[in-house]
Amino acid sequence: MLTKRLIACFDVIDGRVTKAQNFQDNIDVAPAAELAQRLYADQIDEIVFYDILASAQQRVIDLDTVRAVAEHVFVPFTVGGGIRDLDDMFTVLKAGAEKISIDSMAVRNPDIIRAGAEAFGNQCIVLSTQVKQVGVSESLPSGYEVFIDGARTATGMDAVEWVKRGADLGAGEIVVNSIDGDGTAAGYDLAITRAVADAVTVPVIASGGAGNVDHIAAGLTEGGASAAIISSILYSPRLDRNVGVRELKAGLAERKVHMRPWIEIAPT
Amino acid sequence: MIGVVDYRAGNAPSVMFALSRLGIDATLVRTPTEVEAVDRIILPGVGAAAATIASLAESDLVGVLRTRVIEADTPFLGICIGLQVIFDRSDEGPTDTLGWVPGVVTRFPATDRVPQIGWNRVEFSRPHPLTVGLPADPYCYFVNSFYAAPADPSAVLGTTSYSVDFCSMVARGNIAATQFHAEKSGEVGLRILANFATWDGREC
Repeated sequence: MLTKRLIACFDVIDGRVTKAQNFQDNIDVAPAAELAQRLYADQIDEIVFYDILASAQQRVIDLDTVRAVAEHVFVPFTVGGGIRDLDDMFTVLKAGAEKISIDSMAVRNPDIIRAGAEAFGNQCIVLSTQVKQVGVSESLPSGYEVFIDGARTATGMDAVEWVKRGADLGAGEIVVNSIDGDGTAAGYDLAITRAVADAVTVPVIASGGAGNVDHIAAGLTEGGASAAIISSILYSPRLDRNVGVRELKAGLAERKVHMRPWIEIAPT
Repeated sequence: MIGVVDYRAGNAPSVMFALSRLGIDATLVRTPTEVEAVDRIILPGVGAAAATIASLAESDLVGVLRTRVIEADTPFLGICIGLQVIFDRSDEGPTDTLGWVPGVVTRFPATDRVPQIGWNRVEFSRPHPLTVGLPADPYCYFVNSFYAAPADPSAVLGTTSYSVDFCSMVARGNIAATQFHAEKSGEVGLRILANFATWDGREC
């Protein structure tokens, strides 16, 4: 049986992992390659890396850091931030990423989803969405609106309509990133996570707000998510206590969430 | 020396990083001459079967791979799409594939989310040199919408359950292949790659 996944998320600036709150006020945590190695040793299921300034600075993603992480991490590795076209995707994949995460660029040019899926397979294209609860209206039937550019720009697009379109265009996974939840450690937005999971047949990833093991368990059960993105709980200096992957998985197993169990294996 | 087949849609870099971490000599191979020069072959892969076959044909590698693997019994490891293309035919496309191992590749039923993405359990049907040192029924990382159904059940070394029970690892003579991403399955996958580096291409 397929397990649920824990995905560690890195917001990277100049090769270092930082931690934001509501998409603002990033504080420094650690070098990305070092933190990646530590989490790999702790048997994290997956890592996602966002070069959070690449898009604003209109530059290519930080390939040195992508490579430095890929050299030490032998679990799946997704990279996003500033991906503009197929050439950018190709470059990032050749630097050692398995999957490409696209967000603002996909809103501006939805065809990039189709083109990426055609060139590299649906499994390679992760559509990440920044969503905010704004209340139900005629143009926003789900009550959630899609934002872009680090949650700064409203698009007027309905979150559920957008992810359905993204999946139809070929996205292999959908990340539901709650702007209100980001960095708050107050729990995922279960309502929109569930709405998205019910609307598409590809795997859905909960993101934004996990502060304890109950939040993660809720995202993976009530929220209907296949995977949970976590970051604060693992390493945010803003929290009194960080929790390791092994302890989180033990807690999830106690809550009957099926996770990849800890393995003892002699190092190769 | 292991040759890792590099073609446009492939994910050869991840495999090279894993081999490098293991201290195993490996080189990317892109031409028939380069394929001739190595003594073990890994065919990694992501994406679609038709694109992979087209890409191999474009690089003129189909014939030389067949000569090395089928006629010269060179130890071979296919990964993900590299497993699917060793069979006769894939419904993805659909396309004819390499035809080294009898069987077809078909799409998962829609009873679970497709693609399957994540860690799933692999049960081995018999001991094999490539699985030495692994924990029992290990979890490995899968990304696939299609799965292989070998015509001969003895070609099935590993079985995994997702909507259906499917073949997650193939072993037949000098040909082995994993549907899961061995290079992305943590220490379990690294152990399989390390075992491949010393495998003589025989069953026991």
